[in-house]
Amino acid sequence: MNDAADIKVRETIDGLYRTESRRILSTLIRLLGDFDLAEEAMHDAFAAAMEKWAEEGIPANPWAWLVSAGRFKGIDVMRRQSRKDESSADTIEQLEAESNDPAEIADRAVKDDELRLIFTCCHPALAPDARIALTLREVCGLTTEEIARAFLTTPSTLAQRIVRAKAKIRDAGIPYKVPSQEDLPERLEAVLHVIYLVFNEGYSASSGDSLTRADLSGEAIRLGRLLLELLPANPQAAAFEPEVTGLVALMLLQESRRAARSSAEGDLVLLEDQNRSLWNQETIREGTQLVRRALASQRFGTYTLQAAIAAVHAEAPTAAATDWAQIVALYDVLLQMAPSPVVELNRAVAVALSSSPEAGLQIIDGILARGDLSDYHLAHSARADLCRRLGRHAEARESYKRALALTRLEPERRFLERRLNEVV
Amino acid sequence: MKYMLLVYYNEKEMSDAERDRCYVDSARLSRDLAAEGKFVDASPLQLIDTATSVRVRNGKKLVTDGPFAETHEQLGGYYLVDANDLDEAIGIATRIPVATLGTIEIRPVLEIPGLPTGGT
Repeated sequence: MNDAADIKVRETIDGLYRTESRRILSTLIRLLGDFDLAEEAMHDAFAAAMEKWAEEGIPANPWAWLVSAGRFKGIDVMRRQSRKDESSADTIEQLEAESNDPAEIADRAVKDDELRLIFTCCHPALAPDARIALTLREVCGLTTEEIARAFLTTPSTLAQRIVRAKAKIRDAGIPYKVPSQEDLPERLEAVLHVIYLVFNEGYSASSGDSLTRADLSGEAIRLGRLLLELLPANPQAAAFEPEVTGLVALMLLQESRRAARSSAEGDLVLLEDQNRSLWNQETIREGTQLVRRALASQRFGTYTLQAAIAAVHAEAPTAAATDWAQIVALYDVLLQMAPSPVVELNRAVAVALSSSPEAGLQIIDGILARGDLSDYHLAHSARADLCRRLGRHAEARESYKRALALTRLEPERRFLERRLNEVV
Repeated sequence: MKYMLLVYYNEKEMSDAERDRCYVDSARLSRDLAAEGKFVDASPLQLIDTATSVRVRNGKKLVTDGPFAETHEQLGGYYLVDANDLDEAIGIATRIPVATLGTIEIRPVLEIPGLPTGGT
């Protein structure tokens, strides 16, 4: 065995770990029925590969070899544990009765394993922050430290959240499966919600002094793409492809503006003031193409509509040249599908630009009078902005102050303070 | 796996006639579950003003009138079911008549050694 061959094996294994470890883990969880055991077994399998492959060469199907080795290691661990605890004896017997032939394992229903993993990590019986942490850890393969840093918490807090979630999966019997046809719509909705939450946490952090955390948004887009890749393989889940397409489009179109959304000083730049030459045209092209596909299916939902709105913005050469009437029309459909005061607010801003600031202001005052958004800083800053345009400076100042009192994000505070100083 | 489905609702929000109707529906659900092989046990409880709480402290028995805690929704009954997994238990919970009015709390049953068998 020479060094060059050793290096080649190591490189192959490192590459396999990067591209295949999540798929291998998802299959081992199904085969062994336990998250922690599967994780341990997978690491043992990679360690074994390092030794064996250097001696015997890289196998024809490395993926199947690793699954088979992991399964074997997992049974081994269970056998050791069962000396202390007799309850797992049946499971071991059952596992041992099944074939450990790599080729057979590779064939057996592995297609849906990653889908199973995603649905289990996003199960509504888990706390929302646990779903996010577990998805990033198990599906994306981020380390606890990376997730903790992204969510501005300590690794030990995050590790505990994941341990608790795994314990609930085991003790409460949360199944490792693609949900039944009946449950699929709401369960997929929960998955999309987790993905979009991760994206937004990366796109506009809810607190702290950095406006964007690109890594999280990248992971969310990757998750969306993975889902798009996996859904068609499952006959029941395939029907939901358009809305997943819409979500990926929405994330891409928002992501395309990242470089333009904050100034060199880290200050927030509003859509209308952004330098549009900084928008990523390639991302816009892909996003727009995906929106078209989702809309053409006629089976889209709210994510697709939001993506369509983002696409109208993306194709406008300047803020003034935006097709605001079309944006208002899209908001009308969105409001019919999912009524929400925040969407009403966004529609009001579009109305202000397509018709008149007065018309927009009237709608915002109506929303605020209902008390729905009185604690939402963007409602007050939107109102302030329209008042400023109408030359109603005293009212604008009042609303900027309300918005300032309500925002937690430092760059937004700086932006509002600047605006407040402009209307003296 | 066995799951205990605890049925909580606000007793005051249900009339006696509605409650009688609910007992009939619940009995039917229990028979359906039995036919599906998922039924272990179920029963409504008498209203909360029949509750008595008992504590033993320092060897002394303390008996008080009322439930252990005053809450907006009260425990009104239970189902003990045999389900494959939590999704199946959630599916059963949604069929419980009171689910449209109150809350069904699902608790997996912890199996411990040493319990007598055939009790239920």
